[in-house]
Amino acid sequence: MTATAPAARADVPAAGRPPARLVADTVSLGYDDRVVVDGVSLEVPTGRTTVVVGPNGCGKSTLLRGLGRLLRPRGGTVLLDGDEIGALPTREVARRLGLLPQQPVVPEGVGVLELVERGRYPHQGIFRSWTRADEEAVLAALERTDLVDLAGVPVDSLSGGQRQRVWLAMVLAQATPVLLLDEPTSFLDLAHQLDVLDLVRGLCDDAGTTVVMVLHDLAMAARYADHLVAMRGGRVVAEGPPGEVVTPEVVEQVFGVSAHVLTDPDTGTPVVIPRRRST
Amino acid sequence: MSLATAGATAAGTDVHPAQEALSRARRGPRRRRALVVGVLVLLLVGLVLVRALLGDYRISFPDAVRILGGTDIPGASFVLMESTLPRAVMAVLAGAAFGAAGGAFQVMLRNPLASPDILGVTVGASAAAVAALVLGGLRGTPVTLAALAGAVAVAALLLGQAGGHGAATGRMVLVGVALAAGLLAVIQWLLVRASIYQAQDALVWLSGSLNSVTWAEILRMLVVDAVLLPVLLVLSGRLPVLGLGDDLAAALGVHVLRLRVGVTVTVVGLVAAATAVVGPVAFVGFLSGPIARRLVPGRPAVGVAALVGAVVVVAADYAAATAVPGTALPVGVVTGALGAPVILWMLRSRSSTQESR
Repeated sequence: MTATAPAARADVPAAGRPPARLVADTVSLGYDDRVVVDGVSLEVPTGRTTVVVGPNGCGKSTLLRGLGRLLRPRGGTVLLDGDEIGALPTREVARRLGLLPQQPVVPEGVGVLELVERGRYPHQGIFRSWTRADEEAVLAALERTDLVDLAGVPVDSLSGGQRQRVWLAMVLAQATPVLLLDEPTSFLDLAHQLDVLDLVRGLCDDAGTTVVMVLHDLAMAARYADHLVAMRGGRVVAEGPPGEVVTPEVVEQVFGVSAHVLTDPDTGTPVVIPRRRST
Repeated sequence: MSLATAGATAAGTDVHPAQEALSRARRGPRRRRALVVGVLVLLLVGLVLVRALLGDYRISFPDAVRILGGTDIPGASFVLMESTLPRAVMAVLAGAAFGAAGGAFQVMLRNPLASPDILGVTVGASAAAVAALVLGGLRGTPVTLAALAGAVAVAALLLGQAGGHGAATGRMVLVGVALAAGLLAVIQWLLVRASIYQAQDALVWLSGSLNSVTWAEILRMLVVDAVLLPVLLVLSGRLPVLGLGDDLAAALGVHVLRLRVGVTVTVVGLVAAATAVVGPVAFVGFLSGPIARRLVPGRPAVGVAALVGAVVVVAADYAAATAVPGTALPVGVVTGALGAPVILWMLRSRSSTQESR
């Protein structure tokens, strides 16, 4: 079975591609004495959606934390627009790169609008006066996530799908050219997963945002990614357009599952049908 | 807090229906906040007047104005200037310090129990003060300095846990609770081996008391409040972002460790200064935050917590002085008695909001 990348998603020839803004150069990351990401190099394609997949504990979320400067690399460097990300001022990084962790804390009693407004924090000066740009960014984020009518509602009274839209609105209000999302669809049902991923995809297509997203669902990853990164054991196993990466061999190598790979008749993206756990 | 003016400035020229929705969403909380602050300020002024004028010895308002203007009225002048007024003013200053400090700590550590009195900062001050009283036989200023040193020592141990990755807040809370328990044991031991007279002194100090407050102490507390409360209010402008979790706060450009150190140092300054003068007035720091956040939902409400703290201490001091005729209870007895019902109330209202989900 040969999966072909659809024309719409085919990679632009290398010469015409904008330079990568976010680059990991042989980055190793870990906690205490445990190495979780082991010498990963990655050029994140600018203006496209990169999805990182892999089994639990493969280091995909840790890699995202490293790319977002939440974790200092113990080896190698992460470069944002050519500068070492750890050397840039915290606030400067936050103006260029947004990151949504897996399960942020919802403060008690906070309203949707108030929470989304917090996304403007890195853009505000010492006296934090609210500018027209702040207002426009918040409004755009709320409109994009269809939350204008819920602006005054407390976040802790919303459903899981609505809450996830609120968090997305918050990082959208941050208005960064680069956006990192850690499992934005976990705990959502299928319809809400599609809502969130369509929204993210739209950002990339309309606004040219560079998106890096960790997903555990290979089918969703193959469907929404321009660039797919498959990890296992802290290393990158395969990387490229989903049509090239999602093969029975790679699925077996990464997830330890023997599978059929078919082509989705609508989108032309690969579809994985698991057969059994390979031993 | 600067967000409050947002709607008005931006809605100016073109009125977009969505923009109108945002202005509407902002209007409610803003009005509520203004109302809460207004009512608390009026309540505080009223309570201060009651405390200063309506003690065992009643003083009329015109007389009080004349006394403050420099006229000497035998009897009334002494009562007002040497007893009731200094008590009321000190209650406001110490209450505001305890309230703001407690509220800021709870929000910073994302834990409604994590006020400085629960986390050992106040207990550290008490243990050091009791040690100075009992072991050193000291009185007055040295006891104050010992209390300060005790609070700072505990804070330093807490700050040792503030760095690193992951559950820094959880570690700070656990270490604080453990320190508080250990230090309480130290206080017990000191009391057991003290003479009955020393123990009496120590107990009055421990329950928190506004008796014999001097104007010099008030001036000192006023300076501490005037410097540290604005600092804490400015820092607390960043707490809403920290409230979203350490990772998201860092991703939004907050220097998490620096903010935690800044808030902790400011809080300890306020708590240590207030505790050194009036003793560890029980539960004020613990109570003020939840009440303030209930009054102004979704905000750190450190300023409101300061007002609530001041109201609580003035009211408790008046109640302590008048509740049992003929005996003046230490103010800490009343605030301590208020603590238990408030914990139950928090528990109840919390479970009811969860049920409504």
